[in-house]
Amino acid sequence: MATEILMPALSPTMEEGTLAKWLVKEGDTVSSGDIMAEIETDKATMEFEAVDEGVMGKILIAEGTEGVKVNTAIAVLLEEGESADDIDTAKSEPASAPVPADKEQSSETAPAAGMSHPEPDVSPDWPEGTTLKQQTVREALRDGMSEEMRRDESVFLMGEEVAEYQGAYKISQGMLDEFGPKRVIDTPITEHGFAGIGVGAAFGGLRPIVEFMTFNFAMQAIDHIINSAAKTLYMSGGQMGAPMVFRGPNGAAARVGAQHSQDYAAWYMQIPGLKVAMPYSASDYKGLMKTAIRDPNPVIFLENEILYGRSFDVPELDDYTVPFGKARIWREGDDVTIVSFGIGMSYALQAAEKLAEDGINAEVIDLRTLRPMDTPAFIKSVKKTNRLITVEEGWPQGSVGNYISSVVMQEAFDYLDAPVINITGKDVPMPYAANLEKHALLTVDEVIEAVKKVTYK
Amino acid sequence: MAAKKSTKKPNVSADELKAYYKDMLLIRRFEEKAGQLYGMGLIGGFCHLYIGQEAVVVGLEAAAKEGDKRITSYRDHGHMLACGMDPNGVMAELTGREGGYSKGKGGSMHMFSKEKHFYGGHGIVAAQVPLGAGLAFADKYNGNDNVTFTYFGDGAANQGQVYEAYNMAEIWDLPCIFVIENNQYAMGTSTQRSTHSTSYWERGAAYGIEGEEVDGMDVLAVKEAGEKAVAHCRAGNGPYILEIKTYRYRGHSMSDPAKYRTREEVQKMRDERDPIEAVRNMLLTGKHATEDDLKAIDKEIKKVVNDSAEFAKESPEPHLDELWTDIYATEVPQEA
Repeated sequence: MATEILMPALSPTMEEGTLAKWLVKEGDTVSSGDIMAEIETDKATMEFEAVDEGVMGKILIAEGTEGVKVNTAIAVLLEEGESADDIDTAKSEPASAPVPADKEQSSETAPAAGMSHPEPDVSPDWPEGTTLKQQTVREALRDGMSEEMRRDESVFLMGEEVAEYQGAYKISQGMLDEFGPKRVIDTPITEHGFAGIGVGAAFGGLRPIVEFMTFNFAMQAIDHIINSAAKTLYMSGGQMGAPMVFRGPNGAAARVGAQHSQDYAAWYMQIPGLKVAMPYSASDYKGLMKTAIRDPNPVIFLENEILYGRSFDVPELDDYTVPFGKARIWREGDDVTIVSFGIGMSYALQAAEKLAEDGINAEVIDLRTLRPMDTPAFIKSVKKTNRLITVEEGWPQGSVGNYISSVVMQEAFDYLDAPVINITGKDVPMPYAANLEKHALLTVDEVIEAVKKVTYK
Repeated sequence: MAAKKSTKKPNVSADELKAYYKDMLLIRRFEEKAGQLYGMGLIGGFCHLYIGQEAVVVGLEAAAKEGDKRITSYRDHGHMLACGMDPNGVMAELTGREGGYSKGKGGSMHMFSKEKHFYGGHGIVAAQVPLGAGLAFADKYNGNDNVTFTYFGDGAANQGQVYEAYNMAEIWDLPCIFVIENNQYAMGTSTQRSTHSTSYWERGAAYGIEGEEVDGMDVLAVKEAGEKAVAHCRAGNGPYILEIKTYRYRGHSMSDPAKYRTREEVQKMRDERDPIEAVRNMLLTGKHATEDDLKAIDKEIKKVVNDSAEFAKESPEPHLDELWTDIYATEVPQEA
């Protein structure tokens, strides 16, 4: 059967081109891979190779012809025993493009937030009467990881100085002794490489915890976090993914300068395929870490160096976990809603305390996880207080607060009695000088001032 | 055609030779068909063909056993076919259809198969190198004797993360075979223009990793080197580097005007070093097969490829609900 040779598309965007030159003539034998013609597009001149073998029966489009549409028949190739007379040139219409399978399908079936509840879950984190102990964030984090490593052999910890040095911030203190060098692994200072190895190990069925000494260094590895870890489940049609945790301190410490003082909450929160936790209290560090390790997806766990040494109540329970996507209301109030997370909570809570002295009762909500985000929790609160302040350490443009504001505008616009104010870090790289650094960070006074502004007091 | 004569008698049976011929021919015909479907607008975006490099994957797969893993870049169709993935599923992924390996959501550069231990299909140059070392890490951690074939090109061989992975693979003795498919052009930049030392495998020495250069147009040479590398890794000696000198006949991707090399250079390689022609000659001169036997194989392959193209055209586009699936797992996918 004669084969029509169609004008090829030589780039994703090519619609037509010039048939610059034929390199074969009628009667020539061609085999696959032979260069048949040169085609000119607006970008380049490209060679066009034969796919099938046969004899060039007829050239339908002469060389030099401009504006030849893609998929127009340009020649006819004959098989053995056929002659040019057999050619029916009537059917040289462009082949039709693929028709979408079902045009009636709707794309409106998006599970928009996917993981948020219509009504916020306000159940307490632990049952009444549970014994509590005071524990630092540092200890709670180590306990959370260690409990999961006892529970599941496939969990391991890797990172710089996590083993023999006992952790650059002593988070993994004692873990090498308990779990041995197979499961608590010191890496060279090569974030890009060991993050990639961690993701590969997760593809291979393990449950890695990859510690970044700080998240500033994870910028070297962000390609693996996003392109390799977050997207693989989708790209593989659900066949494989990266169940793992990337953790380490995030945000400003103290006097460490611009390159070591960035809050990445808004960056990672944007990525479908990632989950993002940013806890404030020790119990949440522990409970969310255990949930993160068990989660079948890549989890970004943003810690804070300044919080590591702070103590909080932690329940003495055998297996204490905190679910993702469930905010915690630290303080109930009717006058204004303050939404924060991570170290931002310490500013929010201090401000709320001082405001109470002035008779302003703030409701303070700790998001705990940013993806999934418990949007119903703050929507419900805003419907009560009619005012919203967001508090975070990160930069203002494209901040977590910006996103929260847009959600509230869309879902509770009519309940707002004042514009939402986003309290953030200043829009500058972190300076070193003590006085400048203090001004670059947010302050409790700024939160108080914002609350007074929206409550018109 | 004058294929380069092997100096020693190949230690290979007629059946094996025929199998290599068939496997390489499948890749070649499949890729030609993919190029054709691309020209017809049925395949979109990027499409990187493997034509000319067939002996690399076919030779190395001949050295692999069940359980071994493989991971590669975006020039991945050959690797998938060589490890036994279904041509229908691969072609349907190229056309972005429901029947594709990733249900149409991955495309040419992103396909995976748990069943065949194929871990992608990665679009960021060299990202697959630490990922491959990580797969090997998992096997070592689990205490089995599987190895991982981590493929990358001469272009990727200049990326920093390759050397980060080398370093950790060696200090942790990971059973990883780093396969550098040196086809001499990183997109349009020749190795001579992009690097001082074009003998990439020798860089392993700085990390204490053994390796060697292999003639990638000779499937038997590749297989032999593959067996040596596999034995090294399986015995717990850590990683190994194979730099396989090969050549791609087609452009970097479909939209490559190929002005960085002469038509004569490509033609000379095709005429003198074609890996499929070489095995064909071996089969005929060794009287392992007749012209008719080979014609029958050609016909069989043609049918498989045509069927895959038919399947890929007929398979419906994914349902729009697929847009919202596979973003988050609800449970950990089980290791195959």
